[in-house]
Amino acid sequence: MADIPVEHGLLVSVIMFSIGLIGLLVRRNIIFMLLSIEIMFNAAGLAFIVGSTRWIQPDGQVMFMFILAMAAAEVAIGLALVLAIYRGFNTLDADRASRMQG
Amino acid sequence: MAIVFYIAAMVAVVSTAMVVTRLNPIHALLYLILSLLSTAVMFYVLGAPFVAALEVIIYAGAIMVVFVFVIMMLNLGEETVRQERVLLKPAMFVLPAILAAILGAELLYLLYYGGRADTGQGVVGPKQVGVSLFTTYLFAVELAAMLLLAGLVGAFHIGRRESERELTDTEGTSEVRRAQPELGRK
Repeated sequence: MADIPVEHGLLVSVIMFSIGLIGLLVRRNIIFMLLSIEIMFNAAGLAFIVGSTRWIQPDGQVMFMFILAMAAAEVAIGLALVLAIYRGFNTLDADRASRMQG
Repeated sequence: MAIVFYIAAMVAVVSTAMVVTRLNPIHALLYLILSLLSTAVMFYVLGAPFVAALEVIIYAGAIMVVFVFVIMMLNLGEETVRQERVLLKPAMFVLPAILAAILGAELLYLLYYGGRADTGQGVVGPKQVGVSLFTTYLFAVELAAMLLLAGLVGAFHIGRRESERELTDTEGTSEVRRAQPELGRK
């Protein structure tokens, strides 16, 4: 609708993806790591939507829906693991759960 | 309309930066919801109203509510803030920030090295998206259904083991030692 250069949309996407990557690398709390992954999904989705509007084709929006489905599945598994780790180790520190037997 | 996009983009970037630096998980979650809502505004301005609605309903609505449930269930509060204050030193941001900045600079260089282009002027409505979804991408839709089923089964499996353990073992003694043989048994 609006007259926005593609670069500006992709710029926002790149910045948000980088922030999510920083968060994933810096934080040791598993909940914050999951939130950072969500940020990165969202940034990738934004890039898809920008591409979709550049060529006025629905394909990018379809891809965004698949990203949504993947994020939902990932959140379900990830939060179940968060609960399992919290019950097992009584902490959310990812470093404490770094040793796995078997 | 363009100014709306830039304001929403600024809000999105700032609130995303706040998510990464907060100590309290609930505060981070609320900032993430704000970030998702401003992303939805960007989608709308770009001419994708259907996806903007999906972003609000599914992402900011459903997925984030699951996060809220889990954080409330774990009863994270002051204790986590204290723990995070120990874990999260400002110096820890330096190296990842430099690495991510290099990556971002590379992407921006590639972005501006090519030609310029404006986004299209049209709106891609729900009808076009639906037609494309159920003709061209029908197979991918079925794969997404399988993925969601796998997520459901996996979450049920991981969650069930924990609740059974809680029922059979009500004494809260030495949680770590009790957990490790079970992890090995998987």
